[in-house]
Amino acid sequence: MENVTMLEMRGIDKTFPGVRALQNVDFTLRSGEIHALMGENGAGKSTLIKVLTGVYTKDAGVINLDGQYNVKIHSPQDAQKLGISTVYQEITLCPNLTVAENMYIGRGKGAVTHWRKMNADADKILKKLDIPARATQQLGTCSIAVQQMVAIARAVDMDCKVLILDEPTSSLDEQEVEKLFGLMRDLKALGVGIIFVTHFLDQVYEVCDRITVLRDGQLVGEYEIKDLPRVQLVAKMLGKEMDDLSDIKGEHALYSGEDAETKVLEAEKLSSNAGIKPFDFYIKKGEVNGFTGLLGSGRSECVRAIFGADRVITGKVRRNGKPVRIRGPKDAMKLGIAYLPEDRKNDGIVGDLSVKENIILALQVMKGFFKPFTKAQASAFADEYIKKLNIKTASADTPIKSLSGGNQQKVILARWLLMHPEYLILDEPTRGIDVGTKVDIQKLVLELASDGMSITFISSETDEMLRTCSRLVVMRDRKVVGELSGEDLTQSKIMSTIAGGE
Amino acid sequence: MNMSLLKKITRNQMFIPVMALLLLAVVNLVVDPGFFKVTLGTNNAGNPVLSGYLITILDYGSELAILALGMTLVTAASGGQDISVGATIAIAGSAMLRILCGSNSHPDALQAPIIVAFLVACLVGMLCGAFNGALVSVFKIQPMIATLILFTAGRSIAAWINNNELPIVPDPKFAYFGSFIPGIPIPTTVFIVLICVIIMALVLKFTNLGLYTQAVGINEKSSRLNGINPTFIKFLAFVILGLCVAVAALIKVSRLSTINYSVIAKDIEMDAILAVALGGNSLSGGKFNIWASVLGAYVIQFLTTTLYKFNVQSDALAAYKAVVVILLVFFSAPKVRESLSGLGKKIAVMKARKGESK
Repeated sequence: MENVTMLEMRGIDKTFPGVRALQNVDFTLRSGEIHALMGENGAGKSTLIKVLTGVYTKDAGVINLDGQYNVKIHSPQDAQKLGISTVYQEITLCPNLTVAENMYIGRGKGAVTHWRKMNADADKILKKLDIPARATQQLGTCSIAVQQMVAIARAVDMDCKVLILDEPTSSLDEQEVEKLFGLMRDLKALGVGIIFVTHFLDQVYEVCDRITVLRDGQLVGEYEIKDLPRVQLVAKMLGKEMDDLSDIKGEHALYSGEDAETKVLEAEKLSSNAGIKPFDFYIKKGEVNGFTGLLGSGRSECVRAIFGADRVITGKVRRNGKPVRIRGPKDAMKLGIAYLPEDRKNDGIVGDLSVKENIILALQVMKGFFKPFTKAQASAFADEYIKKLNIKTASADTPIKSLSGGNQQKVILARWLLMHPEYLILDEPTRGIDVGTKVDIQKLVLELASDGMSITFISSETDEMLRTCSRLVVMRDRKVVGELSGEDLTQSKIMSTIAGGE
Repeated sequence: MNMSLLKKITRNQMFIPVMALLLLAVVNLVVDPGFFKVTLGTNNAGNPVLSGYLITILDYGSELAILALGMTLVTAASGGQDISVGATIAIAGSAMLRILCGSNSHPDALQAPIIVAFLVACLVGMLCGAFNGALVSVFKIQPMIATLILFTAGRSIAAWINNNELPIVPDPKFAYFGSFIPGIPIPTTVFIVLICVIIMALVLKFTNLGLYTQAVGINEKSSRLNGINPTFIKFLAFVILGLCVAVAALIKVSRLSTINYSVIAKDIEMDAILAVALGGNSLSGGKFNIWASVLGAYVIQFLTTTLYKFNVQSDALAAYKAVVVILLVFFSAPKVRESLSGLGKKIAVMKARKGESK
């Protein structure tokens, strides 16, 4: 059965001050297909989607939808009315409303809301999609993953013709992803066209039928999934042949200084008010280790306790063998510890401040309240790291919030590298970031370690951790349940340790 | 090139207060060019003084300009406003009088040097600020609710400090702060504002107050993870505002050499908040431009003086002001400004055509 064309975008142009975000981009979506939109950060995926959903107004081009020529989409409401629904990467619902209210908000026809009917309808949909939430539950009390699924449920319930999923899986664990894929296949069978934006290549090859690749705001091409093997996809996204992804460890020598056995940080029976069970931990100079475990197993809480981001309740910490007390982030920073937080938007960036100010922030705080950097110093630092980490920004004075996710992350990374820490904690540094940047960050980690920096690396992607870490601490239910190193560092061994029960 | 320059100007934060100022100036110029006349005369004591509407604006806008400095910081750091500044001016002013006059409300001579009284007022102002700041930063109470306490109680506390009497300062020197120093024709308040502005400029240049305040206002969680103490920064903003309050109290009390607890600095908190908003600063905190707020303060005074000049009854003043405020706030909304710059282009084209047809 040949599917009919559902959506056609032709010659889309969009320019922002200083950046041509989209240049003459074409995109075609057929009914009943799952279509991956791929590209590096800043390639224009999000912009294209925002043009389609009416968040941005296009500068040129035509959008044809379901036989209607040149439909006008000036606002998200227009898009919704036309049957285009979106689930964004970041949760865009209201955490202080109930699940049902979130699903029906802005969709009522009259002034009267039938609460009972609304709640009943919502429960029905939640049940059908197997989402573990109640209609009357406050959304904020659900886990991020469940919130994401509620957002999808909302979109699905709006009888959409085109469903856009913008990085919906970045905060879901494997089971939840599977559930979502099941849902996507059901919708596909119903003839819905799905645009799927993700950075996870596995997922693309698991569910998608076609791939459209963008690079630097331009269309690279549209491909049937079977005609485009992985390596070629990556090559097309990057515009160059990929280095071998599997082995980057070998390229970097392990740190081999005399003090390689020094325990840069050692924690004993550490626990915090975030509900983590007391754990022991150490890291040696020049070592890369990691915390692994399922989402919510307490990986982040462990490193937050080390950094003093949560209030430490019990435990002793030694830095290079000397007992220290870390009461808050500033104490940790003074001891040469840096922490790149998991939640970039809420804990990392200071949105309205410029790239420059975001880069110098931590070092400036270390230097002191009464010793601000001069403008020249700050600019020099910013320019150095913008170049070093290849941050794509119009200028150092651009507000960080207008950068793409991956580039924001690089700015935060620059902030901590500028501090020249001895111990760097990276909590999900590659989440929501394209393959190229991911590899860049992984390589950087190994490079820094071989120069003697100790690094703790946390990632939801096990293969990424296997590629970088030489020792893994395994967590389950907010408890450390094992430690793996050397021969034991395999996918299956990690899985069995996480699962436990032996 | 020309277009982008225009855009740059209209997007500048100073655009709205400057435009409002120009507009008011033009209106006055059209109605009465004499508005701008500044004359050098002598006052009752025979000292040379400058007089004219412009001087009035500079003089009487002083308290507001000083409060705008502190209010901008409080707004930026806490994302809320302090509505107790009028009442705390009464408290600080009352404390100052108590020190100057002692327990006798009509003494023959000063009971303490003016500088001591001023320092005590500063301490009192900072204490009030600390009280508000602690409620906001430590106990996480919304700024407007937290400062409602002193807003309500402040004037009673002020009256209580002096047993509800109205002390009169016997030394004419005390009146210099709110009027003129003999031999200098420029109002003293202008110098006081200048000193405050210079101090604030130095503080912003030689410390990280600006960066920290903005960071805390934009993203408190992320600021904390970068080693900033958001609680302290918010607290500090309120204490600084307390200091500004004390300086404003000095001017206010000096103008009369006495105090009227229920009237002194009445409704000034709303004008101070308006000054911050007029300066294009977001009232929900974050990035700020403190000089735009100061300019905003003078715009408000310009407006008040203009209305007085047109013989608007003081009772009706508020209504006229409200209309102008609505207009100003409307035109400073980003959305309106965007479409306005588009409209500007169209009008220019239309005018050009009309010119041709004529």
